[in-house]
Amino acid sequence: MSDLKSQIVAQLNLQDIKPEDIGDDQPLFVEGLGLDSIDALELIVLLQQQYKIKLSNADEGPKVFRTVRTMAEYITAHQAQNS
Amino acid sequence: MSKEKYITSSCIIAGQVIYKNGQPVFKCPATEPSEFLVSAYRHFALQYPKFHKMDNLAKLGWLANEVLLDGFDKEKYKPEDVGIVLSNASSSLDTDIKYYETVKSIPSPALFVYTLPNIVIGEISIRHQFKGENAFFIFNEFNAGFIEQYVSDLVNNNILQACICGWVEILGDSYKAALFLVEKDKTADSVIFTEENLNNIYQLHNG
Repeated sequence: MSDLKSQIVAQLNLQDIKPEDIGDDQPLFVEGLGLDSIDALELIVLLQQQYKIKLSNADEGPKVFRTVRTMAEYITAHQAQNS
Repeated sequence: MSKEKYITSSCIIAGQVIYKNGQPVFKCPATEPSEFLVSAYRHFALQYPKFHKMDNLAKLGWLANEVLLDGFDKEKYKPEDVGIVLSNASSSLDTDIKYYETVKSIPSPALFVYTLPNIVIGEISIRHQFKGENAFFIFNEFNAGFIEQYVSDLVNNNILQACICGWVEILGDSYKAALFLVEKDKTADSVIFTEENLNNIYQLHNG
């Protein structure tokens, strides 16, 4: 998950935040890390660029991008499906 | 009815120097605009994480406005009474080019939202909760006569009580910002809001 945190910080240009400052279960949006709707789109781009995963169902977004852990679980599950 | 208005504050960013009311307040040898702007942001100890996500045009205008409004009591105006009228030559081309590069693979949503020049007005408005009239115009060069007439019309007709106006231009390594705060009441260091005074301040620091 530390790699994923570094990728999030780089993709979203979070210059005032260190990857290790992001908790595994810290909400990414609103009351947590404070990400916005443009950041959500950038996270979708991150999944495509880094993991070749296309989020086909938009309704999955809130669940997948809730925390770093839920993102990591989604990536792992997707990679297992494709292996 | 036309009544005298005053330039109560000015900020020029040009040639790797930031001037407030004609006095240099920050210098940095950085040649890259993004490096210069981040250095200035850190120098003034500004706390606004969104700054790092802005494109260079928005960073330049936002930063110039922070210096311009340092010491300004915005509480004396209603949010609807403060407007912003900006201009430049290259529109959002600096970011348009960067966005176009991303289109070749996966288009960047974060860059796309800055492919309009008036987004810098939005960033300033969000920062200070200004809700007054705003506009962004494109000219080949700083058109002090137009700015003077347009802003005067807004203030004379009580559409605005105060206006941030001027020039915010960036393309590649070339940049210049010249912002002016226009109000109805004079202050100790203010000058009358005229085309000539706008040009004098603008040309004082040609970078």
